[in-house]
Amino acid sequence: MEPMTCLETIQAYGLRSLGIGERLLPRSDFTLCQQFTLIGSGLIWNIYFGVLALVFGFILANALALAKASHSPLARKPAEWFIFVFRGSPLFIQFFLAYELLVLLPRAGIEVFGITIETAWTTRAWAGALFVLFLNTAAYSAEIFYGALKSVPKGDLEAASAYGITGWTRFRRILWPTMLRLGWPAYTNEAIFLFHATTLVFFSGFPAFQQRGDALYYANYFADKTFNPFIPYPIVGFYFICLTLLLIWGFNRINLHLNRHLPSNLTRKIRLRPQLIR
Amino acid sequence: MFEFCADPSILDTVRWMSCYLTTGTHFRFYESFLTVLMLLAITAPVALAFGFGGAMAARSHILPLSLLGRIYIAAVRGVPDIVYFLFFVIALDQGIEWVKHLFVCTDLSQPVWNGTEFRVCPEAKVPLSTSSPAWHSAYAFGLAVFTFALVFGAFAANVLHGAMQAVPRAQLETAEAYGMSQGQVFRRILMPQMWIYALPGLSNLWLILIKATPLLFLLGIQDIVYWARELGSAKTSGNNPYPHGDWRVYYFLGLLVFYLAFTRVSEIVLARLTRRLSHGQATMAGEEMRKAGA
Repeated sequence: MEPMTCLETIQAYGLRSLGIGERLLPRSDFTLCQQFTLIGSGLIWNIYFGVLALVFGFILANALALAKASHSPLARKPAEWFIFVFRGSPLFIQFFLAYELLVLLPRAGIEVFGITIETAWTTRAWAGALFVLFLNTAAYSAEIFYGALKSVPKGDLEAASAYGITGWTRFRRILWPTMLRLGWPAYTNEAIFLFHATTLVFFSGFPAFQQRGDALYYANYFADKTFNPFIPYPIVGFYFICLTLLLIWGFNRINLHLNRHLPSNLTRKIRLRPQLIR
Repeated sequence: MFEFCADPSILDTVRWMSCYLTTGTHFRFYESFLTVLMLLAITAPVALAFGFGGAMAARSHILPLSLLGRIYIAAVRGVPDIVYFLFFVIALDQGIEWVKHLFVCTDLSQPVWNGTEFRVCPEAKVPLSTSSPAWHSAYAFGLAVFTFALVFGAFAANVLHGAMQAVPRAQLETAEAYGMSQGQVFRRILMPQMWIYALPGLSNLWLILIKATPLLFLLGIQDIVYWARELGSAKTSGNNPYPHGDWRVYYFLGLLVFYLAFTRVSEIVLARLTRRLSHGQATMAGEEMRKAGA
């Protein structure tokens, strides 16, 4: 067979992780172009998991942070427990546990008011793993926002009272923006490590359906086939450094927006802090 | 284990359970918890030593050394650490065998990396194929510990580097004014004071290290995740005296509780340690303790 040019390889494997293009993965004579293309194709899944978990997680995290700061134990206790469970246990175990739980759902579907709800799709990575990542990042972010909420300056609230701003308006115009502003640098780190955590998905019970995996899945495939870890893993590293820089850039833009009313020397800088696996 | 376990099929639930949970394979499952604890006990000090070395190197006045320390710290961030875990285990294994290959093999004409193969002569295999299984698993465990220490060492180096910078400059200047040498300032002033600044970062790192231990499974170690999957999967009566359905969810629930308890206890102990170390320090907490005592 004629060896493929790099452009043909990109056409064949660029969207392989979504099941589009060539069905068979390369089996011999691996080129650098193939490795770059397939691993890059897998990165689509990392971005999919990261972005969706981040968006949904952000909403739940705000609710959880407020619940944890609430005076009523009915709201506070469940939020505290939720945060404790998801922050206190490894994400890896959470993936396994969630997968085993979802597998136990009745195969035929659940009957609710005469309508059968399918359950098979929940064990697939795109749904099940996304759900775990969503809950996990919500717990970590909630703790960050809770800490930020607690450190909203007293003077801001007193000023709000002096102007007669109370209740929902006070929350929307004073508390919430200040909380976001204070928590944003830490939240940026959380977002970065959420993206890093997405590489665990296909190593934790969730099967890669028809070899449609993420960046690390394909890197692992190449390392297994070529017995040479020195090419695929640095490629994953390269992609993730690019992704991290992109994230930092985006979050910095939002950070500037949140701090736009402050003199420039008071803006809280975003620093990459080590946090690693959860 | 117990005498009544001879025929499990006729036992009532409580006795069946007590027999089931004391089978030989279950004891190997319990032993794997010790593997995890051993990994933590070895990795934590080794990573701390790596971190100390990295931080010292990054602070060094010799440019190449300083650069090396900084690259070590920076390289591990920005890339998911699981990539390092998967990478180092193979890379280290191949590196060791390759070096041994150069020394012990007689025929060096063939390339070691050849297409889809990594081939060294049988004498260069580590461990040798004739070695006992215990030696094989010890070697795998050693590689895992080293990989963990290398990755977590970079994070510890980052924390310790920050802590060394955080010791008030005036403390060091005073020591210099008393005529202490650089080494003396480091040993007598910087070292005793840096830990309180490093402790929040190191505590966090310890909790993260605990939560990273299930990744041993990915490194091919028979750890708690391996045994939970193994023991929990459905057993038919044909090959097993204790048939049961798919119980993996209960085993993983057990692991979840184990980790929750472990991190919670660690948090409590670390909070106490912070209190101890704050004593007599030039920090807010130390000052509060001094006032409370006076």
